[in-house]
Amino acid sequence: MDRSIRPISIAIQAMGGQGGGVLADWIVSLAESQGYLAQTTSVPGVAQRTGATLYYVEIFPEHAARKAGRDPVLALMPMPGDVDVVIAAEFMEAGRAVQRGIVTPDRTTLIASTHRVYAIGEKTAMGDGILDDGKVLEAGEQAAKSFIYFDMAAVAESHGSVISSTLFGALAGSGRLPFERAAFEEAIRRGGIGVEASLAAFGDAFERAQGEPEAPDHSGPAPSEPDPQHPVLREQLERVRGRFPEVAHFNVVEGMRRLADYQDPAYARDYVDRVEAVLALDEAHGGETRDYLLTTEAARYLALWMSYEDTIRVADLKTRASRFERFRREVRAGDDQLVYVTEFMHPRIEEICDTLPAPLGRLLLNSPRLQRPLEPFTRKGRHVRTATLSGFMLLWTVSRMRRWRRSTLRFREEMARIEAWLGRIHQTVAPDYALAVEIARCQRLVKGYGDTHARGLSNFNTIMGVIDGYDGDEEPAAVVRRLREAALADEQGEKLAAAVAALNGGDDGETPQAATTRARPVRVGA
Amino acid sequence: MAERSFAKEVKKLRMGAGEEFHGEGILAVTKALLQSGVGYVAGYQGAPISHLMDVLTDANEILEELDVHFESSASEATAAATLAASVNYPIRGAVAWKSTVGTNVASDALAQLASGGVTGGSLVIVGEDYGEGSSIMQERTHAFAMKSQMWLLDPRPNLGSIVESVEKGFELSEASNTPVMLELRIRACHVHGRFEAKDNVRPAYTLSDAMEHPVRDPSRIVLPPSSFLHEHEKVDRRWPAAVSFIQQHGLNEFFEGERGDIGLILQGGLYNSVIRALERLGLADSFGDTRIPLYVLNVTYPLVDDEVKSFCAGKDAVLMIEEGQPEYIEQALHAILRRADLQTRIHGKDMLPKAGEYTGAVLADGIRQFLEQHAPDVARLPGAAASSAAAGMEGLDEVVPPRPPGFCTGCPERPIFTAMKLVERELGEHHVSCDIGCHLFSILPPFNIGNTTMGYGLGGAGAAAFNAPGARRSISIVGDGGFWHNGLASSVGNAVFNQSDNVTVIVDNGYSAATGGQDILSSKAENPIRSTKQSIEQAVRGVGVNWVRRITNTYDVGTMRDTLREALTTESSGPKVVIAESECMLNRQRREKPVFRNLLKGGKRVVRERFGVDSDTCTGDHSCIRLSGCPSLSVKPNPDPLRSDPVAHVEDSCVGCGLCGQVAHAAVLCPSFYRAEIIHNPTAWDRFAKRVRDAVIGFFQRREARRIERYAM
Repeated sequence: MDRSIRPISIAIQAMGGQGGGVLADWIVSLAESQGYLAQTTSVPGVAQRTGATLYYVEIFPEHAARKAGRDPVLALMPMPGDVDVVIAAEFMEAGRAVQRGIVTPDRTTLIASTHRVYAIGEKTAMGDGILDDGKVLEAGEQAAKSFIYFDMAAVAESHGSVISSTLFGALAGSGRLPFERAAFEEAIRRGGIGVEASLAAFGDAFERAQGEPEAPDHSGPAPSEPDPQHPVLREQLERVRGRFPEVAHFNVVEGMRRLADYQDPAYARDYVDRVEAVLALDEAHGGETRDYLLTTEAARYLALWMSYEDTIRVADLKTRASRFERFRREVRAGDDQLVYVTEFMHPRIEEICDTLPAPLGRLLLNSPRLQRPLEPFTRKGRHVRTATLSGFMLLWTVSRMRRWRRSTLRFREEMARIEAWLGRIHQTVAPDYALAVEIARCQRLVKGYGDTHARGLSNFNTIMGVIDGYDGDEEPAAVVRRLREAALADEQGEKLAAAVAALNGGDDGETPQAATTRARPVRVGA
Repeated sequence: MAERSFAKEVKKLRMGAGEEFHGEGILAVTKALLQSGVGYVAGYQGAPISHLMDVLTDANEILEELDVHFESSASEATAAATLAASVNYPIRGAVAWKSTVGTNVASDALAQLASGGVTGGSLVIVGEDYGEGSSIMQERTHAFAMKSQMWLLDPRPNLGSIVESVEKGFELSEASNTPVMLELRIRACHVHGRFEAKDNVRPAYTLSDAMEHPVRDPSRIVLPPSSFLHEHEKVDRRWPAAVSFIQQHGLNEFFEGERGDIGLILQGGLYNSVIRALERLGLADSFGDTRIPLYVLNVTYPLVDDEVKSFCAGKDAVLMIEEGQPEYIEQALHAILRRADLQTRIHGKDMLPKAGEYTGAVLADGIRQFLEQHAPDVARLPGAAASSAAAGMEGLDEVVPPRPPGFCTGCPERPIFTAMKLVERELGEHHVSCDIGCHLFSILPPFNIGNTTMGYGLGGAGAAAFNAPGARRSISIVGDGGFWHNGLASSVGNAVFNQSDNVTVIVDNGYSAATGGQDILSSKAENPIRSTKQSIEQAVRGVGVNWVRRITNTYDVGTMRDTLREALTTESSGPKVVIAESECMLNRQRREKPVFRNLLKGGKRVVRERFGVDSDTCTGDHSCIRLSGCPSLSVKPNPDPLRSDPVAHVEDSCVGCGLCGQVAHAAVLCPSFYRAEIIHNPTAWDRFAKRVRDAVIGFFQRREARRIERYAM
């Protein structure tokens, strides 16, 4: 029994279609060219249709096998404590490898790309379902003997290549395999597809693997320093700087930016007026000791509410020059290629009424007879080609209606809702500061267009109604928070209905539906 | 055209004696068949056998040169029945399928075959889809071997052993007049390794010889009184013949070890994992030298009593390592030792898990437990790795997301289920009976549609009982693969005959897509060696369905939804069949991409389409994703500093299928989706039109830009 020599084992944790097979083939080709026996296996089948999948390679020096006079017995699947290199083609997959127990501190080098490919559960969440990958970073540091990580997808992309090249480069750079860099590169050349780009990406990854690891960067771009030209905006900015606590500046300035762009500087001034009223209230109720949480949250959500998405806004955004440029970048059009964009819009009667002057809009909304002639235009979705003259002019004209926005039906409705919401905050803050903050945050539910908007608004009203009549033992702020999470948990509103029903506890035998209906009237205050 | 091409690899099948063959398990099996002088091969695809079928298809030319006939069978039952050619004639035949599902379908023919017995060597190659990554119920082929008395080979998972099993399997079959099953575990099918090749052998007796000189022997036909004689023949003649062949040719292997008082008995397929487990315990080296004796069953049925007895004699205890349940071999060992009055203790599922895959870690734990009881001195050898306590696991369960398989980017089946969701919103939930195929992904997020799946082509059959008059109709799904496999008679014909009122959706993507895109009867592609382009609609009407709607563009979600609604609500009685027809996107891309590249290179004007999401107008509600689930439709951090919910985002992998836009329209979502048409190699007219448009649009945009500039902060 000669236990001095053993195979080198490499596990590749990837997702179907990520090129894990290409990488495994390169490793086999590399090993066989360097006088090693190689065995690779995978589990194909449905797992390869976007599921998580694992490739496993073992290599063994041929000279040792010749000396022993027989072939080694190579394993077909990784065993905890027995894996030399684990390559993860996505960051959460590195976590999965640790979870499988195949990353161990005594021998495993973990090589992971820090980019994320979101799982279906993360994508379908109604709010933010993205999972925290910080835990994976921590787990990798603890579990692996050495941990090499950087964004290998981005590096590959910057060379016009795919992630298998950078993973292979990082493997070479890790120095865990007894082969020279040139031998790795030869394996890529033998593969014969996209060789030049693959080699460039390989080389870049090779260098990075030897440098410091690069943790995933979740911080967005830093906002630019405000420098308004318009006198009203300049004056308002001075006012914000003089009147508001430092901690609120960011949200208020972003809010102003957004509303000036949405409508005009006067609208931004209206906004600052409203936030200032909240600030006064905040100061009166111990905001200083609470980091002015009410002001900052109200500033954020008020700006979002005041810039509600209407047809005018959509048409405005869709006709901007900056957008045309962004599209060319996003679809990676070359300089010699032309790009046309088709928009998918579905204006309904409601949207048309929204954009009309309030009395007219209300009339149309309530009259099926008047609606009939418009039906052909609203029954089906519309395709609008914004880079052609007819398509562009149509949207351009709609966007010009911004001038009359303040007189539209939708504007009136939204302003009433905003006033009611602010009124509720004003009334609540004295008895319960935390509840006022939670009420401010409920604006998050009201977003989107059409059915999405209607559903969000109805959830918002339900929660406000519940809290009006609430006299339970639990902190009202906690109740609102819980109901808001429930509202974001499913589309059918089942979770919210269940949560509401549980709160009512059957004491008055009310069904969730009844609670919802009751919640409709909104108390208008202040 | 199959998903994977083996056109390059099949050249290796021409290798001659002494050459070293490097490649995948399934290629090695094919080479072994040719080396054994096989006369015909048939089978039905399904992982891990799909690639074997693909190899054979790509190797058709080589097979023809050697007078080997190859069929892509209509089903596993067809494949099994094909072996009838070896009943009367000395022709070797091999068939292959995914097990146990394929063996279930084949068992009628297999049982007939095993009863009468065979003259020519008959090999059934089963890809055992068990354990990690498996897509089927977890069962054992072993039971089929026992019930029909066919022999079951489970060779050590290296190419040399697998190739030898194929060759010896034919000989064993001929020596015992019994069909032989060769079980290959999923990883063994895809293991890349090497072996020394032999020359290919042309069949000595060909199919045309048989057809020209038919032989008839009524005693081989399963009908009384022969059927009663067959049973006796099996146990009196064929079984003993098999046992002596196995023994004489040493098909099972003994590996010596210094500890004569204990031993391990194992299925051949587990050998490599057992050696690795022993290595981790400090009891073996990389070449398989072991301190504990091993008895490796390369033939797991029948057992050779004499071998078992001689291995166990003088040992205090043995551990039977047998994957899957029930533990048939362990039970048999008990009987053998009891009859021989041997007192050796038999351990097995008392120390190893009763169910589930035997991975290296599981085996190491079981073996350690066995040693602690019967050889405590070796159980804790210095250098033996402790049960690997991996660090860093806490809290990972909460963040590592499950990744269920799903429909591919641009899959034409997705819009069918999007439409079903939309209909569900209007008419409420319906009972949905699913089938086998990619469409079964509907049961997973984001669609969550489907109640049961009863087998291939049995979607309609699974809803057969729901035939209560006037109740809300059930919806059945059948794929085109399942339709031709079994569905036409068992699902559609049955619904007609029993006057069902239910709705059947036949998903026709042009291929047996889930198994790797093989051609089937209704495939639209030209296939030089098969007859394609047969009509599903005609077949359905042929068995008596009158209400048939054919939709040739499934991406048209509105039409799809309206048709489903009509099918569910129409007054018309009898089964309602909706044929939803659009080509599998994987195949389509494989076909179109090279054409596109050539046009580009040739300087031709080509338009590429892809979709995108306006992050300005997207509010991060993700309704669109919940109605689609396309891998290329993802999310990204919200660029808006005031919002935190991620926005939808279309990745570069988008193939421009158009579903996003259709969904936005049909479900009245948001105005964020756009379709970009990218014109490559634009003509002079394109450029002129673009210049004019840009000039006018630019004029207005510059005006607007001034406003934006003035109001900017």
